[in-house]
Amino acid sequence: MAEMDNETGEKAERKKGFFGRLLGEAEAGGEAAPAPEPEQAQAAKTTWLQRLTGGLSKSSNALTSGITDVFTKRRLDAETLQDLEDLLIQADLGVTTAAAITESLARDRYDKTITDEEVRAVLAAEVEKVLAPVARPLTIDTAYKPFVILVVGVNGTGKTTTIGKLAAKFRTEGRSVMLAAGDTFRAAAIEQLKIWGERTGSPVIAGDQGADAAGLAFDAMAQAKSAGSDILIIDTAGRLQNRSELMAELEKVIRVIGKHDERAPHAVLLTLDATTGQNALSQVDVFREKAGVTGLVMTKLDGTARGGILVAIAERTGLPVHYIGIGEGIDDLQPFAAQDFAAAIAGTAPGTGQ
Amino acid sequence: MFETLSDRLSGIFDTITGRGALSEKDVGEALREVRRALLEADVALDVVKSFTDKVRERAVGAEVVKAVKPGQMVVKIVHDQLVEMLGAEAVPVDLAAPPPVAMMMVGLQGSGKTTTTAKVARRLQERDRKKVLMASLDTRRPAAQEQLKVLGEQVGVATLPVVAGQTPVEIARRAANAAELGGYDVVMLDTAGRTHIDEPLMAEMQAIKAAADPHEILLVADALTGQDAVNVARSFDEKVGITGIVLTRVDGDGRGGAALSMRAVTGKPIKLIGTGEKMDALEDFHPGRIADRILGMGDIVSLVEKAAETIDQEKAKAAARKLQKGEFDLSDLADQLKQMQKMGGMGGIMGMMPGMGKMKTQMAAAGLDDSIVKRQLAIISSMTKREKQKPALMNASRKKRVAAGSGNKVQDVNRLLKMHRQMSDMMKKLGRKKGGLAGLFGGNMPAEPDPQMLEDIQKGGIGSLPGGLPGGMGGLPKGLPGLPGGGLPGAGIGKPKFKK
Repeated sequence: MAEMDNETGEKAERKKGFFGRLLGEAEAGGEAAPAPEPEQAQAAKTTWLQRLTGGLSKSSNALTSGITDVFTKRRLDAETLQDLEDLLIQADLGVTTAAAITESLARDRYDKTITDEEVRAVLAAEVEKVLAPVARPLTIDTAYKPFVILVVGVNGTGKTTTIGKLAAKFRTEGRSVMLAAGDTFRAAAIEQLKIWGERTGSPVIAGDQGADAAGLAFDAMAQAKSAGSDILIIDTAGRLQNRSELMAELEKVIRVIGKHDERAPHAVLLTLDATTGQNALSQVDVFREKAGVTGLVMTKLDGTARGGILVAIAERTGLPVHYIGIGEGIDDLQPFAAQDFAAAIAGTAPGTGQ
Repeated sequence: MFETLSDRLSGIFDTITGRGALSEKDVGEALREVRRALLEADVALDVVKSFTDKVRERAVGAEVVKAVKPGQMVVKIVHDQLVEMLGAEAVPVDLAAPPPVAMMMVGLQGSGKTTTTAKVARRLQERDRKKVLMASLDTRRPAAQEQLKVLGEQVGVATLPVVAGQTPVEIARRAANAAELGGYDVVMLDTAGRTHIDEPLMAEMQAIKAAADPHEILLVADALTGQDAVNVARSFDEKVGITGIVLTRVDGDGRGGAALSMRAVTGKPIKLIGTGEKMDALEDFHPGRIADRILGMGDIVSLVEKAAETIDQEKAKAAARKLQKGEFDLSDLADQLKQMQKMGGMGGIMGMMPGMGKMKTQMAAAGLDDSIVKRQLAIISSMTKREKQKPALMNASRKKRVAAGSGNKVQDVNRLLKMHRQMSDMMKKLGRKKGGLAGLFGGNMPAEPDPQMLEDIQKGGIGSLPGGLPGGMGGLPKGLPGLPGGGLPGAGIGKPKFKK
């Protein structure tokens, strides 16, 4: 316990001053993590933007130096544009989206000499143009009690961790949260959520491993209602979107939730792993069709993956992107900001304007 | 979004009528499409570039084998090059060291390390008769150690008891001791997921390596990984020197280009692939299959090879003669169905067809499977000899008898008869024409598929193969390509319950 207090305290301190948007003191008093967090982690952590751009840095460094190589003394000819397109592809934007952005770059400037700064600015602007409309926060409609959030996604994309972070966030906003351990398939997924429940002071509704997920969701709805919780977050087992029987199971969970409140779930969040490539498009399509996804959370942006696929997804679906996950800590969930994300992809210095 | 590469390439080459050697221009155009296909499959850009360079070297000036389109030739060169880069031979997990052999699993968060650890342990214990101990060194993610313990109980593999407060290095040492004392053959160390740029955690991983001296260090990586795969693989390899790669979530509908990227930057073999959530869903890696998948095409060549091996030459000849005369009776149909079963059934054949992977799962989901073939065979075997020869004899009471005798409904019998009728009609028509069916059926089935045969399949085949899937197909989608080799009329599985 003491350990936990310690940890959250340190983190809160570290992060004070992030755009003034802080989670503040996260709920303490949860059970201690099984082992002390390695000391070294603290030093590495700075502001989220630094961390985000730090995470993105290797990629945007590569991208930036690439752009510099390409553009310093060259005309914007077909070959140069091809090179630029390649660089965007390396950010996982996908061939089609990369080509579209390259085209818009070429529209006015073809065959003109263009500087490095110009390229980056245009690149960032183009990316931001696509992302700005989807950067929308998750709004909790207090008319619903409980406001039901269902979290879905492919295995290993970070559903349970995201739920823990969301619970922490809502708790600091003074809301009461209940969690439902709907991943009845993966070993110890229930225990994992329970630990998050303890950390955030949120009751967890759980059954046994192997129990019916829909039945559990039904019970959780009833309990959240009678407890008068503001928010109910329901975890689900990870599933690949091409497994039709598992997607059918998810549809059933949603139907059953609807028996308590036909407009529930009020939000369906899909977690996407930033390291995922073009398959993320298919994940969004299928989960949207089967589970009525209302918004996205991109996780694991603390690595070198740029998550450029988000640009392609935004362009194609217009689904809101609510949050990004930038680490394993309880407050490593941040609102999605189009400008910063675009800046990180294009390699323009964040915070200094463009 | 993903048309198959061969479609695209043949589109390009359709405009080029000349045959002979491939010109640089032809190849250049084709390689643009190859490049795009590889990128859409998430192969890392640098890898794509060096790959297309190699292909260009080989392809420019390559003689086009007569009767093979230049497009096909390029596909073949690309395919061969892919297989070469992925490693032609399967490299198994290496346990050749004094026991207990330590095996360390590393990777990013959520790549599937814990599940893979349990799968590998289960396989070593059940298939290779090794005594295995698993230990979770993941002290970070909540309940990670608990997860491995539960999985251990599920698969019947021992796990190291959890002692709270120990560091990963301490656990690794304790695991080594326990394995030594307990007479274990293998000790598997499941480490915490870590980002490859997280220096402290990468240092911790090196410390674990130093303490445990693992014989195998396997990087567990998600097959759905995008361009970042190169960074991940390179970093892990540089930091701890991986000995191989396990690719997980290969049962997803991603193209798995990450396999090529990681193999290319590390030179380390892909040893295993995870193909499902069940504990036995772990397979050896076959470079050819991933190569086909990256290119978005089935393995036509191996289908033809398989057809050549398993289709009984004599029977095929006889069937072809009968066909031409329009004497294809129900016994012949039964033979065809049986041959199809020999080729691995619907699933086996579908898996080898271009673009069929998806349909295969759809069919499985819809309950369309080989049990239908079995039932059709049962219906035929419930008929008298005369009925088989002259299906026209089948009146209402005979149908009833056959249905009852084979445990089917009269409608099923009707469906089978209809299918047979449509097939023999179609075959009569085709029999009159030259080529196609007669050629395939006519018993000139070479041991090695020759280009002429491939071309026949190409011409008549993909999309509209003679005799492949006539009438009775009912619900099968139009896109189902004909099945080459022996006509395989069995694929005309009556009216599958496809719509649901």
